[in-house]
Amino acid sequence: MVTRDLNPHMRRELIRTLRRSLPAAAILHDPEALRAYECDGLSAYRELPMLVVLPETVEQVRAVLAACSERGIPVVARGAGTGLSGGALPNADGVLLSLAKLNRILEIDEHNRIARVQPGVRNLAISEAVAPLGLYYAPDPSSQIACSIGGNVAENAGGIHCLKYGLTVHNIQALTFLTPDGRLLAVGGGAPDSPGYDLLALLTGSEGLLGIIVEIVVKLLPRPERAQVALAAFDDAEKAGAAVAAIIAAGIVPAGLEMMDNLAIRAAEEYVHAGYPVDAAAILLCELDGMNEEVSEQILQVRRILTQCGAASVRTAQDERERLLFWAGRKAAFPAVGRLAPDYYCMDGTIPRRNLARVLVRISEMSASAGLRVANVFHAGDGNLHPLILYDASRPGDLERAEQLGARILELCVEVGGTITGEHGVGVEKIDQMCLQFSAPALTQFHALKHAFDPQGLLNPGKAIPTLRRCAEYGAMHVHGGKLHFPEIERF
Amino acid sequence: MQTTLTEDLRHSADGREAESILRACVHCGFCTATCPTYGVFRDELDGPRGRIYLVKQVLEGAVATRRTQLHLDRCLSCRACETTCPSGVHYGRLLDIGRSLVERQVRRNIVDRFKRRLLRAVIPHRRRFGILLRTARSVRGILPAAWSSAIPPLRTAGSWPSSSHRRKMLALGGCVQPSISPNIDAATARVLDHLGISLLRVSGSGCCGAMSYHLGAHQEGLDFARRNIDAWWPHIEAGAEAVVLNASGCGVMVKEYGKLLAGDPVYAARAARISELSRDLSEVLAREDRSVLGRTGSGTARIAFHCPCTLQHGQKLGGVVEGILTDAGFELAPVADMHLCCGSAGTYSLLQPQISRQLLTQKLAALESGQPLAIGTANIGCLVHLQSRASVPVRHWIELLDACLPGHEQDGQFITR
Repeated sequence: MVTRDLNPHMRRELIRTLRRSLPAAAILHDPEALRAYECDGLSAYRELPMLVVLPETVEQVRAVLAACSERGIPVVARGAGTGLSGGALPNADGVLLSLAKLNRILEIDEHNRIARVQPGVRNLAISEAVAPLGLYYAPDPSSQIACSIGGNVAENAGGIHCLKYGLTVHNIQALTFLTPDGRLLAVGGGAPDSPGYDLLALLTGSEGLLGIIVEIVVKLLPRPERAQVALAAFDDAEKAGAAVAAIIAAGIVPAGLEMMDNLAIRAAEEYVHAGYPVDAAAILLCELDGMNEEVSEQILQVRRILTQCGAASVRTAQDERERLLFWAGRKAAFPAVGRLAPDYYCMDGTIPRRNLARVLVRISEMSASAGLRVANVFHAGDGNLHPLILYDASRPGDLERAEQLGARILELCVEVGGTITGEHGVGVEKIDQMCLQFSAPALTQFHALKHAFDPQGLLNPGKAIPTLRRCAEYGAMHVHGGKLHFPEIERF
Repeated sequence: MQTTLTEDLRHSADGREAESILRACVHCGFCTATCPTYGVFRDELDGPRGRIYLVKQVLEGAVATRRTQLHLDRCLSCRACETTCPSGVHYGRLLDIGRSLVERQVRRNIVDRFKRRLLRAVIPHRRRFGILLRTARSVRGILPAAWSSAIPPLRTAGSWPSSSHRRKMLALGGCVQPSISPNIDAATARVLDHLGISLLRVSGSGCCGAMSYHLGAHQEGLDFARRNIDAWWPHIEAGAEAVVLNASGCGVMVKEYGKLLAGDPVYAARAARISELSRDLSEVLAREDRSVLGRTGSGTARIAFHCPCTLQHGQKLGGVVEGILTDAGFELAPVADMHLCCGSAGTYSLLQPQISRQLLTQKLAALESGQPLAIGTANIGCLVHLQSRASVPVRHWIELLDACLPGHEQDGQFITR
C-alpha cells in the first residue's frame, strides 16, 4: 500500500498545533509506526491514518478534537483495537484517536454499586477491581481480557452472559462525552427515568459517530451465590438447536447458553484443554446462576431437557476451576480458530431462535458451494450467530469469496427475520447490509441524527450508516425476488 | 496474517519459520492485555501485536529504522503473550528472528554498542564475572546507595554432599549464579541427595548461551550451547538420567538447544537428546517421593512466590513450584497479577533501567502486599533484581526447601540473611 499524504503542509501544521498540548511521543506520524494502527481486530480492512494521537487526559482529547474540527479533519476513535467490524479502521486523511491511555478507574461506589471509569479501562479489569467487594460488571464479550469499556459502549457490546443480564446499554448508568468541537456533555444519571430524550441509549452503540466518550459510569452486580455450567454433546447440530429452544420454552433463563460446532470445538480444545468432546458435531454450554437451591433445581431440569433432546452426553463442571475452563474455551474460540486457517472472517448476525436449525443447514450448504469452511460459535440463547469463515488471504480471490459468503449469510439472517449485527457493530464491514435492513426514510433519519451531533461529519465518517447512494449501488447488484432495493434512488 | 516475504528470506529457514508464525496470528489483540510494556506505554507499538507488525514490515522488505529497533528493544521477551494467545503464535521466536534482522539494518550508537559488547564480554564468563563481583563487593562501602543496593551481598554455599548415588543428574555450570549465590547449586545438590540422586558438576559446562542469543549474537550463543553439549555428553553416555536446571532462564534455553541447533549436522542429534533430557528442578522434584524432605513448622513460613516468566510462560510450568512448597508446609501469600514480569529479564534491567524499575516497583508491591516473611523465586536474574529493592529476603525456592531438610544446620530456620 502506498502512503497517501494528500496535504503534507496541513499535516505538518496540525502536528505543530498538537505539539502544544501533547508530548512528542503521543503523536505518531511516520509510516513505520502508523502501520501497526492500520486496522483493528478485523484485519481484512486496512488503511494508514494521517496521524495517530495517544492523549493521556480529557483535556488533551479536547485539544485534539478542537484542532481537527477547526481544520475539517476526520477523527476516528480507537480503544483496544479488538473490534470485529472495522469500527476503528483509520481514515486516510484523518486522525486516529487512541483512548488507550485513559485507563484509570476513577471511583468505585460500593453502596450504589457503580464504578466511574475512563474509556481505556479493560472490561475484565473492572470486574477484577471490584471482585474483593463481591461485585462484577456483567457484560463479558469474548475479548473481555483485552477490550476497552469505551469500545464496549461504542459498539453496545454483548457477551456470553447478556442473555440474562443484557447488553452494555443495560449495564451503564451515565456517560460523559466530547462533541466534535470539544464541548463536554454528560448524559444519563442515577434515576430510573429522566426527562428529555434518552441520549445515553443513543450514544451506546453509536460507533464513534456522535461523540467521543471520555467517562462511563457502569453498573455493578453482586456475584451470584453459585454458578454451574452443563456441557452437552450432540451428534447432530440440529438437535442442539432444538435443545436451545426447549430450554427457553421451559421458562428457564440461563446466564449463558452457547453453542459451538465441531470445527470450533476442536480449535478451542487445542488451546485450553478443557476436555471438550472433539468428536461431537456440536456442544451446548448452559450456565445457570443464582441462589444455591435455585441453581441445583434448574441444573437437574436442564440436564433432563438436554437428554430428552438427544444429547449424547451431559457433564457438569466438577469445580469452579473446571467451570472457568469450559468458558475459557468458548471465549478463546475465535482466535483459536486461527489454528485451523491463516485467516478467518467473523460474522455477527442474529436470527429468531426458532430458525436456528434451519439456518445452520443453509449455512453449511452455502459453505460447501463457496468452497470455504465455516466454524460456528454462537450465543444460541439469544439467536446471535458468529459464523467464522475460514480463508487464506495469501490465496488470490479467497478474501473476496469469504466476503461474498459473509454477505450471503447476513442476507439469510435478514430473510428469516433477524438482523445483520448482534453485538459487534456495523463498522465498515456490514455497511452494505444496512441497506437491506433499513428503508430509505429510516436511513435519512439516521443521517439527520448524525448531523445534529456532528454537523461537519468528522467523526468516524463512512462507518455504520450507509449513504443512500451507496445503498442504491449495492441494491443494483442485489436484485432480490425480482424487487429492486431503493427503487426511488436515481441510478448512475 | 497475510505476509509476502522478500525473495531472499523466502529461501532461508528463518524466513520460512517467521512466515509460518505470522500466519498463525489473527490480530485479535488479546496479547496486549497481559503484556507488561503495553501496560506501561499503552501504545500498540509497545505490545506484542504491534511488534509483530514491525517485524512483518521488515520481513516484507521495508528497511527498519531506529524506531523499529527501539520498540523491539523494549520487549522483555517474557512471553506472557504466548500464554495468552489462543492462536498459538510463537512470538518469542519471531522476535528473535526480527531482532537479528533489524540488528543488521540499524547501526546502534557507540554507547549502546559498547554496553552490549561489554555485557556479552563479562556476564556469560564465570571467572570474569566473579572478579568483577568481588571487586564491586570490596568497594561497596564507598558507592552511592543506589549502586550498592544492586550488588548482591556475599552468602555462603554450605557443604556439597559427599555421598555418591546410583542415580545421577547433571548440573549446568552457569555464569553469574555460582558467584552471586553459590548456595543455590549446593542446596539443589543437598535436596537431590536426600532423594537418592547425585548432582554432578561437570567441568567445561558454563553459560547456557541465552544472554548472547537474545542480544542478537546468535552464533556466540550457539557456541556456548555446543560447549555445554560437549561437556555433558560423556556423562549422558555413562547413564546420567537428566540435565537439571535450577535457573529457569537457562532452562528455557537448554530445552531449545535441539531446535536451535537443528541445522548443525555435527550437533543436531546430541542437542535434541540433551533438550529431551532437560528438566527444570521443579519437574524433577514433582515426580519424586518428597516425604523424606521434611516440612516447615506450621505458621512460621508465610512466603510470596514470584514465578519467573521463563518458568510460567517459557516452560509452561506455572503452579509446579507452588505445589511443592505448599506440600512442604509453606503458606503462600496471594500475589496479584502473577503473570507480569519483574523487569529483570536477562540484561533488560541494565539496558532499559527505567521501564525495568517501574515493573520492579509494581511487582514488589504485589509480592509484599500479603506480608510474607520472604520471597521465593526460581531464577537468579529475578532473585538479584527483586532483592535490590525488596524489604524481605529473596531466596531461590530450593534454598527454602533445603532449610527444612532434617538435620539442617539452621534447624528449620528457613530464612537467614
